[in-house]
Amino acid sequence: MDMKTQNKKLSLKEKYRLLTRDLAWEPSYQSSDDIFPYIGYEGIKIHDWDKWEDPFRLTMDAYWKYQAEKERKFYAIIDAHAQNNGHLNITDARYLSALKIFLQAISPGEYSAHKGFARAGREFRGVGTQVACQMQSIDEIRHAQTQVHALSNYNKYYNGFHAFAEHRDRIWYTSVARSFFDDAMSAGPFEFMIAIGFSFEYVLTNLLFVPFMSGAAYNGDMATVTFGFSAQSDEARHMTLGLECIKFMLEQDPANLPIVQGWIDKWFWRGFRVLGLVSTMMDYMLPKRVMSWREAWNIYGAENGGALFKDLSRYGIRAPKGWDHAEEAVDHMSHQFMLALYQWKFGTAFHVWIPSEEDMDWLSKKYPDTFDKYYRPRWEHIKKHEAATGAPFNNFGLSKLCQCCQLPTVFTEPGDPTLTCHRESEFKGEKYHFCSDGCKAIFDNEPEKYIQAWLPMPALMRDPVDGDLGAWMDWAFLKDGQDNGDFATSQDRENFERWRAQSTSNQ
Amino acid sequence: MSVVARKEYVGVARDRIENFNGKQLVFISWDHHLLFAAPMMFCVTPQTRLGELLDRHLQPLLQADPDSAAIDWSKAEWLKGNQPWVPDFERSLADNGIGHKQQLRLRTPGLNSVCAVQ
Repeated sequence: MDMKTQNKKLSLKEKYRLLTRDLAWEPSYQSSDDIFPYIGYEGIKIHDWDKWEDPFRLTMDAYWKYQAEKERKFYAIIDAHAQNNGHLNITDARYLSALKIFLQAISPGEYSAHKGFARAGREFRGVGTQVACQMQSIDEIRHAQTQVHALSNYNKYYNGFHAFAEHRDRIWYTSVARSFFDDAMSAGPFEFMIAIGFSFEYVLTNLLFVPFMSGAAYNGDMATVTFGFSAQSDEARHMTLGLECIKFMLEQDPANLPIVQGWIDKWFWRGFRVLGLVSTMMDYMLPKRVMSWREAWNIYGAENGGALFKDLSRYGIRAPKGWDHAEEAVDHMSHQFMLALYQWKFGTAFHVWIPSEEDMDWLSKKYPDTFDKYYRPRWEHIKKHEAATGAPFNNFGLSKLCQCCQLPTVFTEPGDPTLTCHRESEFKGEKYHFCSDGCKAIFDNEPEKYIQAWLPMPALMRDPVDGDLGAWMDWAFLKDGQDNGDFATSQDRENFERWRAQSTSNQ
Repeated sequence: MSVVARKEYVGVARDRIENFNGKQLVFISWDHHLLFAAPMMFCVTPQTRLGELLDRHLQPLLQADPDSAAIDWSKAEWLKGNQPWVPDFERSLADNGIGHKQQLRLRTPGLNSVCAVQ
């Protein structure tokens, strides 16, 4: 009689081994170089792809189970948020500006990351790498989708949420994030991994997500808190992938070190410029603030980043080239950028305002060395100017943009916060301008790439807009008088206050 | 090769002068006057008289700064491409050697009402 044997249940590790083993076949009628044509040209030397291990060893069935559970929770909360008039539970309608910038500039970046990792999963050799990249690709599209879904409820009630994809492509302040991802996606697979997997996911993501999600919690926005948690639990996996990649490159061949260091320098600086937007959200746009941008930088940038680069120093890696300049700029960037947004508010698909006395006192306390000395006098002058002219202060002088990060060149000389930083390069007889030494160095290293940049301000002067501001607004899906301008006179403010009064009183 | 690439890589500059319908871009900034957040961009023909660019296009935009009324244009200092330079207001941009995407910087030492000077 045959003994009945029970099928042994496989451990996750064994499942993963079986899942990936069959992916790693040796090609018989195609050369490996033809199958993986992109892994050599960046100059990274790899001797043994099996050394890149995927420490999570997540199999598809486990992945599906975890993610499905998160989705169920997420959509239950989003439904509850909609049914309970969550759009009226936020502290104040000023909070919406932070959400709009996030949706216009950052959520499309999640979608770009999805595309980039799908490509990296195909281009890399090594099955651990391929599987990890493919899972991250699915994570990223899930993040983009949950963010769009979470914020779509606000779109039913407020302006500025209606055309985030077009705003991402056509409006000027979003192009810093767009060009960051375009640059990464048009690089080779190893550079892409440093750009997104390391610089963005490891060094900068905490500066973006932690303060943003805490900001949502402090300001009563459950929908955003929920997508934040749902995404953040994937981040541990993403951070590990980024760090594994960098260690793998450095351990494979000593010749990889200068290439990797160059990418770290470049992508730290590019990421730091994207964070310029985040700094204004933290210091100016949250009615109930969590911490200042400076405080967030101290914890998540200086402390955590410092520890990371110390850890990597055993491979010969040093802190990114722009690190010290960043440290100095942190006390200035949110103010410089918010003053810029305020004077160009006719061209923003969110609202801005002059900070109240109380807000300015908070900023003085958080920035004792810079705010009162450099920035309060400008806000005070703008207030005086508006009182005298009876009109909002708008600067219709369109801005020079940086050829690399694509931000208006609002930043100042290292060591002199009263003087705009002017940098330029010439390439094949054309002039190019930059906001900083960091951006100029990136351009000078690969000029042929950046001369093609689509810069929103010069584009406004070309066909089909030809310098007509009204035509530009139509083209950019910006509804004049609704999406843009001062918060004080906005429909968003009026509606929020009226609806909130209806829900909290008997008027 | 100026780009790390698998084969020959030729980029085409997007903002070449021929894409601006006979006009060119010029950037002007006023040093130490950061009420205006960034250098301003102008799109005019190369035949435009420099004085006209300053009077008709630049000056109206500078009104919001209390120093603008006090500028002595005959004494103002200029930089072109970050180098000291003497303009001729009566001649055209082309005659002044102001090419496409040239950066001009205006300096008015002693005037700094809104922004403290380091």
